[in-house]
Amino acid sequence: MQQAEDKRLTDVISVPRRAERRSIGAILDAASPNVLLLPAVVIVLVLSLFPLIVSLYLSLSRFQFVRGGFQITFIGFRNYEKLLFGSEQRHFLGKLGVIEPIWLVLLAVLGVSMAVMFFQYATSSRMKPFGLIMRVITVALTAAFALLMASTLSGEGLPGTIVVTLIFVFGSVTLQYFIGLGLALLLSQNLPGKRFFRIAFLLPMMITPVGIGFLFKMLTNTTQGPFAPLWIALGLIDYSWVQDAGTARLAVIIGDVWQWTPFMFIILLAALEGVSRETVEAGLVDGANRTQLFRFILLPEIVPVSTTLILIRLIEAFKIVDMPNILTGGGPGTATESVTLHAYNNWRALDLGLSSALSYLLLFTVTFVAMVFVNFVRHRAIEAVG
Amino acid sequence: MAATPKNRSWFMASNPFKMSPMWKLISYFILGIWTTIVLFPLYWLFITAFKKPIDVQAGPRYLPFIDFQPTLDTWNDLLFQQGNFVLRPYTNTIIIGIVSAILALIIGTAASYALNRFTYRPKPGLIGVFILCIVLMVVLIGVGLPWFAAVAVGLGIFFLLAQTIGKRFKGTMGNSDIAFWLISQRMLPPIAVIIPIYVMFQQASLLNTHVGVIIAYTSVNLPLVIWFMRDYFNSIPIELEESAFIDGASRYTVLWRIVLPLAMPGLIATFLIVLVFAWNEYTLALFLTGAETQTMPLLVAAQNATRGPQWWNISVLVTLMIAPIVVLAIFLERYIAKGILVGAVKG
Repeated sequence: MQQAEDKRLTDVISVPRRAERRSIGAILDAASPNVLLLPAVVIVLVLSLFPLIVSLYLSLSRFQFVRGGFQITFIGFRNYEKLLFGSEQRHFLGKLGVIEPIWLVLLAVLGVSMAVMFFQYATSSRMKPFGLIMRVITVALTAAFALLMASTLSGEGLPGTIVVTLIFVFGSVTLQYFIGLGLALLLSQNLPGKRFFRIAFLLPMMITPVGIGFLFKMLTNTTQGPFAPLWIALGLIDYSWVQDAGTARLAVIIGDVWQWTPFMFIILLAALEGVSRETVEAGLVDGANRTQLFRFILLPEIVPVSTTLILIRLIEAFKIVDMPNILTGGGPGTATESVTLHAYNNWRALDLGLSSALSYLLLFTVTFVAMVFVNFVRHRAIEAVG
Repeated sequence: MAATPKNRSWFMASNPFKMSPMWKLISYFILGIWTTIVLFPLYWLFITAFKKPIDVQAGPRYLPFIDFQPTLDTWNDLLFQQGNFVLRPYTNTIIIGIVSAILALIIGTAASYALNRFTYRPKPGLIGVFILCIVLMVVLIGVGLPWFAAVAVGLGIFFLLAQTIGKRFKGTMGNSDIAFWLISQRMLPPIAVIIPIYVMFQQASLLNTHVGVIIAYTSVNLPLVIWFMRDYFNSIPIELEESAFIDGASRYTVLWRIVLPLAMPGLIATFLIVLVFAWNEYTLALFLTGAETQTMPLLVAAQNATRGPQWWNISVLVTLMIAPIVVLAIFLERYIAKGILVGAVKG
């Protein structure tokens, strides 16, 4: 399309002579880097960068409907202040409780390992001022997130939407990866009926998340769902999983795992099938045993793919909204409310400033987690199996 | 990547190319469990589509003809009694899904090919100036200037500054920065950009039109296409293209005649994924569509009425939604995995 348009433009400008026409073709050919790339860049600029900056501005303002339109008042960091320290703190960050011993142990382990890694870097010859500053920031933020999770999840604490989102993300991505890997390992064997399993396992990915939300709501219904007799047999008929924070969260994670395991599975399967038989046979001839085959042939093949896959799913999983919205409505209380749902609810209440501020805090968290993953997990894992 | 022979049954059995019958049985057992987990919810969905409301509410009924009498009532009601109730959203979803997937594929493929074969040197100075000007525009609109005046002022200042400051800084950015910037757009929750897009589309009268939703979906899916296709192109040997250039072919001819046919599996896989995303998208559709352009996910969500969710309606609608995608997936299955993989390995 772009190409045709350029052609038309140049036709209008040029004098229609034979020699000229040849050079127009050449000009167009020389311009091909821009002709090919610019449409994509322009579309993304207009529909992502511009709105992003507008959103940033909105997150720093109060949005009000007045007679004949709306009014945007600049209020500085008031929205962020409200979320992090003010009246919305309990909703977003959660209610802090006294940290339980088990969490203290975990925190100590995390703290010591971070301190060791940090001092190793600071005293090594690779040390650069910029790297040091980035690591200080990373350590501080990781510690902050860990403290927040520990204190909202123990004792009197109540997790806010950011902690709930982190639970969803880490819970579901971990489960998806290991189930997907297990299934891919099984199916990379030479089993008859492989194609059937492959197509069947792909199906959940094809359904709209809204539909899956309803589907799981239907399945988990304790009186009309297919497991109703089971609930009765277990004497759980009066127990509603929706009313319990733990089971409600588990239900959301199960739904998400059901939907996205296929994504992990199909790509890991393709990666395993890429390991050629010749390589394996060569390993056998050299007298490698199974553990060695796994370590030196299989692992180098799947680790890079795995880290990319996990990164993609991490980024997408942070945006979870349909499943909790439909399955549990974010309840009980705010136990299953993700940050996106929180922002969405504020949007519906026409508090656009707070909604934008929430989106920005989520964006910040996603970027942080993705960067930590790339720099501290991905590179190391790939080097380790090298 | 090396050639892939047929038999890869090696890492579990003691002789990697032969499985013991016991292990085979265990494999099938585990695969069977997951198949049940995947298919049972779909089975439940499918039979619910043929139940009467009374059969749903009375408690679980598992087998058609044995513990309930299947009926086409809901299908008849939704598809024929209520006129355009389902038909219109269905056609909308098909049009929007296919057109936006094709557009994203064309634009994204071109961009990712370009990112693979050319070297770009974006100047940090220019980019800084550009972002400054957008910020200025936003502030001007915030102050109350009409949007076209703000855009004009912004563009004017941009060209002025671009000529002076823009060329000062030496560029240290390259293709991977552009690619990363494009990909990072996927990190935004749709809710973060929907408000400005809503206002923008309102100004451009694109709300409640097919074109508007198609533009939005194309832009959301572009980064995915670029991401998946970029390294797919990497795996195509450049020598093939070079020999064509020697024969006097233009860049476009080479792309069309040589590169794209070779990249077909990747294109098919990417198309299917992008189509599925556009087909199932909910949040953007919620804001950008109206009565005439409503898509299927919205209709599904709307069945959660005040009388409680209309399970039978939801089941029929979701079945209608997945049927064409499943058929497509069965035909294109062999391409899917390989297509995504090549992008993922180096992505």
